[in-house]
Amino acid sequence: MSGHESSYTPTNAFTRWLDTRLPIIRFAQDTAINFPTPKNLNYWWTFGGILAVCLATQIITGVILAMHYEASVDGAFASVERIMRDVPYGWLLRYIHANGASMFFLAVYIHMFRGLYYGSYKAPREVLWILGCVIYLLMMATAFLGYMLPWGQMSYHGSNVITGLFGAIPLIGESIQTWLMGGPSIGNQTLQRFFSLHYLLPFMIAAVVILHVWALHVPGNNNPTGVEVQDVEKETVPFHPYYTVKDAFAIVIFLLMFAVFVFYAPNVLGHADNYVEANPLVTPSHIVPEWYLLPFYAILRAITFDLGPIPAKLLGVIFMFAAIAVLFLLPWLDTSKVKSMRYRPVAKQFFFGFVVVCLLLGWCGAANPDDAVIPALQGDPKLVVSYTENAVEVTSEYKGGGEAYHDAKSFMETLPAGSNPSLSAVPAPTFQFRHLSLILTFCYFGYFVILFFIGLTEKPKEVPESIHKSVLKRHKASTATAIPAE
Amino acid sequence: MKALRLLTAGLAGLIFTAAAHAAGGAEHPHPPEGGWPFEGPTGQFDQASLQRGYQVYHQVCSSCHSMKLMSYRNLGEPGGPFYDPAYPNPNDNPFVKALAAENEILSPTPNDIGEFDYRPATPADTFRSPYPNVEAARAANGGAAPPDLSVITKARHGGASYVFHLLSGYPHDDAFVKREVDGETANYLDMSKVGGHGGEHSEGFLKINPGQYYNPYMAGDTTPNYEGDPRHAPKGGFLAMPPQLLEGRVEYTDGTEATVEQMAYDVAQFLAWAGEPKQEHRKSLGLAVMAYLLILAVLLWFSYKQIWRKIEH
Repeated sequence: MSGHESSYTPTNAFTRWLDTRLPIIRFAQDTAINFPTPKNLNYWWTFGGILAVCLATQIITGVILAMHYEASVDGAFASVERIMRDVPYGWLLRYIHANGASMFFLAVYIHMFRGLYYGSYKAPREVLWILGCVIYLLMMATAFLGYMLPWGQMSYHGSNVITGLFGAIPLIGESIQTWLMGGPSIGNQTLQRFFSLHYLLPFMIAAVVILHVWALHVPGNNNPTGVEVQDVEKETVPFHPYYTVKDAFAIVIFLLMFAVFVFYAPNVLGHADNYVEANPLVTPSHIVPEWYLLPFYAILRAITFDLGPIPAKLLGVIFMFAAIAVLFLLPWLDTSKVKSMRYRPVAKQFFFGFVVVCLLLGWCGAANPDDAVIPALQGDPKLVVSYTENAVEVTSEYKGGGEAYHDAKSFMETLPAGSNPSLSAVPAPTFQFRHLSLILTFCYFGYFVILFFIGLTEKPKEVPESIHKSVLKRHKASTATAIPAE
Repeated sequence: MKALRLLTAGLAGLIFTAAAHAAGGAEHPHPPEGGWPFEGPTGQFDQASLQRGYQVYHQVCSSCHSMKLMSYRNLGEPGGPFYDPAYPNPNDNPFVKALAAENEILSPTPNDIGEFDYRPATPADTFRSPYPNVEAARAANGGAAPPDLSVITKARHGGASYVFHLLSGYPHDDAFVKREVDGETANYLDMSKVGGHGGEHSEGFLKINPGQYYNPYMAGDTTPNYEGDPRHAPKGGFLAMPPQLLEGRVEYTDGTEATVEQMAYDVAQFLAWAGEPKQEHRKSLGLAVMAYLLILAVLLWFSYKQIWRKIEH
């Protein structure tokens, strides 16, 4: 709580002197050591600390990598490989940095879902939540810019897709796109500005993180009950050593998983095509972003229809940005007074549904939109003979196994010369990823609409009077069940 | 330990997403029989195989494919095919020096009077490129520039297994027939004579355009060339590289019999090493890091229990 009284007392002449000029030790003591923290926080609350470690790791490895990286279309790819081969422990730095981005996003998604579940975005923490969304947005921009730097095939063609999104904006879109790329197409100048911005944005993230922590320390932590702290003495513990040790344990467990990727599967989260140097003339058969952007990519591609004067492409872009923008509005979309989903039986079900929707959207983003979601349910493709008859294009269809092929073949032989028959296989209609993406997109936005109405009608379970009471109750319950076992 | 359960779920999710990046309609390259010695958390390269692999690259592949990210000194670095502990600096290794000197390169730096001359390579030089630039490479190879092989095992799904199968997976000579269709004689592949790798066999004829070679492991689309039921067009695609590793194409200095599979195996292993020469070091360091973190986690767990012992939470 910002309201908590400072418990710092300078112990010697120097600290007394400093305390009246720049009370920086007092500040550190009050925010990182003595800060009263609810004693009932669970492991989901450790991800804030984990994220701080992720940011520091990315900045430190990134600064060193930048010493060896060459931002030019002729040298970028080779310089990244030179880091892997000739820079002492360069391979370690690069793999930590590349996989660190994935770990950062994994942690931030868990952190955000935790906020969603326990209602950490509600009053008095709206600004805290919004600052978090700003960080998330900056992270996505940074990750996208960074993905371009190795100058592989996915880097180049992925950047092409994303800068192309801005081109979809009416009237000014093309100018914005040209301005972003620094010219009519992606080239050396684009790579250089992306590198410059990729170096800048992490420090902006760090700045917003400071605001985020500040905004956290004014109302204090939310907690699994969603009930605010009433008695600082009974219901909180000082941040240090209680939460420093708990966070440290969680961080090390997280680093263990991180290390598995860095040392044993460093390329599994990447794409093989990015080890092919960028070539504007060869487009990869399947352009996909990194896994953490896949849900938004799925939403972008889900919209394949025009809506009145809005073309499909622009509509996809609007939906994609709206998917992020809606998070900023969440504090006012959720009408329930109860914070924690523990006491919201109906909203809780929808929350878990929302998590599944997000994961499935990621799956759709990775898949080819035309592929069958469940290939086993797709029927056999049919054979189509197309030919011209009296200067009109005609088709004739054949279904079935081997005999259909023979029928089609003999039919083609009966056609007169000059009708140019050709045979092709057309896949049977089925439930494709594009359809699933569209349904999931509506589910995604639907969650926020539903949250608005559930809040008005739902009858929540009884919320504990205080953190202290909820803890006592849980302890009683656990000792009560423990007795028969003895 | 809800958080741990969640981490596991997250991990599974990540791997699942990564696996969803599927390759096109090509045969799946399984590891060769017996697997690769360098796979797994403790895998190591087979040094003799790496040496043979370099020989295959040097005598066969390097006439068309560059390896611009490799220097001759890399061959003598720890973990490399010709590493000798007596020479911690590979530039001093006489064997590496001799291997480098086998190649004549255009010096990248000018001589005393400002001209660039040809000279034998030194360990410090990068591998000799067969063509001065990509245009020359394209012109000499029917329009398709042979890809650089430095990181080829990281740039293809399947890695070393893909290289192994591509090189040893071309259809046998007996499967080719000449047919006359619409007054033109062309080469065809009789799919019924091509041994399938499990699953369904294709039947019918696959037209082979001049300068093109069919390979079931190449990503591509065979339907336009396939005369038969288009629903059963053979997997794979066409590439401009003819089969290179014919029986006895190289004579191994260590006396190993140079079968097609042996050469493909050796060169694939060499390319897997060249794609990431530090990978053995990565894995061994990983083991130490994991052990350290594990011990630290245990210590922190007990510290946590100790510090929180009097707090009901």
